[in-house]
Amino acid sequence: MESVLSRAGLWLVVLVLAIMASAVSVDFGFGVHMVIVAIAAAIGLGFMLYKVDGEAIAKGIIRSPADPGRYDDEVIRWGVIATVFWGMAGLLAGLYIALELTWPALNFGIEYIGFGRLRPLHTSAVIFAFGGNALIATSFYVVQRTCRARLAFPGLARFVFWGYQLFIVLAATGYLLGITQGKEYAEPEWYVDIWLTIVWVSYLAVFVGTLVRRSEPHIYVANWFYLSFILTVAMLHLVNNINIPVSWVGSRSYPIFGGVQGALVQWWYGHNAVGFFLTAGFLAMMYYFVPKQAERPIYSYRLSIIHFWALIFLYIWAGPHHLHYTALPDWAQTLGMVFSIMLWMPSWGGMINGLMTLNGAWDKVRTDPIIRMMVLALAFYGMSTFEGPMLSVKSVNALSHYTDWTIGHVHSGALGWNGMITFACLYYMTPRLWGRTRLYSLRMVNWHFWLATVGIVFYIAAMWVAGITQGLMWREYGADGYLVNSFADTVAAIHPMYALRAFGGLLYLAGAVVMTINIWRTILGHLREEAPLRDATYDPAADRPLVPATAN
Amino acid sequence: MMTDPHTGANSRKRIDEPTGTETMGHEWDGIEELNTPLPRWWLWTFYACIAFAIGYVIVYPAFPMLHSGSKGLWGWSSRGALAADIQAEDARRGPQMAALAAVPIEQLPNDPKLLRAAIDGGRAAFKVNCVQCHGAGAAGGKGYPNLNDDDWLWGGDAKAIEYTLTHGVRQDADKQTRTSQMPAFGRDGILNAAQVQDVVSHVRVISGQDKPGASAARGTALFAANCAVCHGAGGEGSRSVGAPRLTDAIWLYGGDRATLTETVTNARYGQMPNWGARLSPVTIKMLATYVHSLGGGEDAPAASAPTAPATAPAGTAK
Repeated sequence: MESVLSRAGLWLVVLVLAIMASAVSVDFGFGVHMVIVAIAAAIGLGFMLYKVDGEAIAKGIIRSPADPGRYDDEVIRWGVIATVFWGMAGLLAGLYIALELTWPALNFGIEYIGFGRLRPLHTSAVIFAFGGNALIATSFYVVQRTCRARLAFPGLARFVFWGYQLFIVLAATGYLLGITQGKEYAEPEWYVDIWLTIVWVSYLAVFVGTLVRRSEPHIYVANWFYLSFILTVAMLHLVNNINIPVSWVGSRSYPIFGGVQGALVQWWYGHNAVGFFLTAGFLAMMYYFVPKQAERPIYSYRLSIIHFWALIFLYIWAGPHHLHYTALPDWAQTLGMVFSIMLWMPSWGGMINGLMTLNGAWDKVRTDPIIRMMVLALAFYGMSTFEGPMLSVKSVNALSHYTDWTIGHVHSGALGWNGMITFACLYYMTPRLWGRTRLYSLRMVNWHFWLATVGIVFYIAAMWVAGITQGLMWREYGADGYLVNSFADTVAAIHPMYALRAFGGLLYLAGAVVMTINIWRTILGHLREEAPLRDATYDPAADRPLVPATAN
Repeated sequence: MMTDPHTGANSRKRIDEPTGTETMGHEWDGIEELNTPLPRWWLWTFYACIAFAIGYVIVYPAFPMLHSGSKGLWGWSSRGALAADIQAEDARRGPQMAALAAVPIEQLPNDPKLLRAAIDGGRAAFKVNCVQCHGAGAAGGKGYPNLNDDDWLWGGDAKAIEYTLTHGVRQDADKQTRTSQMPAFGRDGILNAAQVQDVVSHVRVISGQDKPGASAARGTALFAANCAVCHGAGGEGSRSVGAPRLTDAIWLYGGDRATLTETVTNARYGQMPNWGARLSPVTIKMLATYVHSLGGGEDAPAASAPTAPATAPAGTAK
């Protein structure tokens, strides 16, 4: 009772503080944000005071199976739904801004939906909302199963989930309101950064706590990758967001690093957000779900050790390659480039270990659509981790920098690698989390695979052509030594490519719609009547902790 | 449970049948690992990348020192490379630049080769400096003159264009700038709202947009008293003060009633930078030649006949 009262008191304090902050806020955006925080606190307080068992209600809504002897999977089920939801939101925003770039009239002169505000909404929605929820959900799924232990702090794990969703809502609404610190992939302002720090430290505690409670003698390689991702993202986030607020009740702040130092810190952050969020974290997913779906051992334990340590040692130095031919001193540019080149093989170690795990099971690429998705993800991973070091070479970068080639590179990684591996993991987890015999439809997975694959090809081919066209036109000099093209000429030249890119995005979104229907119907327990395709076997009896949890 | 997987009794090492490789003996949720050695090609490519990196950091600037980075064996720097490129290009173009510098702009047509070079150079400079306001095709926009037509505010012969470019329009920093200021007739109370409408009616009549009427008739007198001093009695404009011709269909801001009302009420104050402060005289000469070549360029006013070609770019560098 005491703890209920003190918790209710905490919610009340947050509620009152948020209302007060909203009342005295110095700008409109901060006021709106404090109202959102107040609403979140009011919901928490209401649940507490009226003794509403929110989790029981949620279980009813999302039709969770009841089996208390199994792993603590409730928060993972929410995570699966959140991943699908934010994925759809992020892809839709991406398609819309692709159309805005092609036909600027779609901005409609409305500041809230202009490209400048929707673009960070798109990137944050797909990276942090879609990717982040996938990482949190799969990490909780994998760490429990490879440690044969339930989550260490179940309450804290729920706080991580809901706290992270609040972070997403604050970040997304902030972009639409025009609140940004103007740093790519680190746009949220100081108070949202502080909130994310609290959530992230809680995440670390749950993850490490579960590792400590493991019933296995060794820590599985997937967990090394998850841990490196959680720890490094914490460090990157803290250093890149050392800001001084202009007002404690306002949304503006200024960074303490200025000029080229600020740029270097930003790209040290930005590049390692790619390296540790989108590479290390998703390699962790790969290391569990690929051998599970293929039902084969990991190809090489030695390779996993060497490429893990090489990857995390080398990645952290490669950021300066984002600042080639800028005010950054030459020596720092050189180091950024050579570390990127040395990173090539350590990156490919993950691809080799994933693909070669299929040794002895290559026939499944033909028969198992989920395996096919994983193989495509690894192929795109390999392609973009070759393209990355290549683009970091200064003479290549002189052509590619600031062009759409970079956008194509990012999307071959994001759509091909992060998207496809996440979809495959969702397809693997959903029937197991909801106790269904199989997915609603494996044939629809196949449809999703082809829609997404063709979409990616349209997207990246269009961006390669557009990027190289831009790069060549920008640097084109006539025989007499004068520039040939004005900037507007180069924009007009790539207009058809922009339309093709939007078409590729539309196909990719269509694939995600097929997935949403499939996962929805699986959760509802429906089974589509169709000719069977291969799927990995599942033994519910083995899918539980070694020492059955008694306490929590 | 914490047995060493390499030697321990608990080890469940076995030979994996499809690959013939031994497993490590660990198992997590059914996942095993093979003890496959590192692929040789992978390892040697990794070593090659490291060797390349070592070589690269020796020959290029790489290591942070107390005050600056190491210089590298080859002594390369990005600023040095750029300076060398610019120097080489300057040397290559030197003779032509000197030739252009020596010839007055109005005599350029006498040397077709040099004229061609000036137009090409001007086109490139236009793409960098001018398209932002005047548009990629130099067609202008509201408030920014179209440079393709033969309607000129301050003069359309090559020398006049060069002067306008050099000193800008309404630039306080340049004493020789083209400048004038139309009164804000409505805002400053020189004319009342009804009188402004009458003047607008008159302007719309002389520009051939409206038929004469009572309002335009009242406006005729107002125009003669207030506007004719700059725009001329018939509205034909005056280049000495940059007053636009009002009798044609070309409008800088717009010839509809609402826009004209706005113009007469609050006046306009269009500006252009004094490019002489930013660009070299030769660049401005090339720009002026290019703009002059766009279609509306006029001959020099006093030149009754082209001067003899003999005056020659003779003294120019060869």
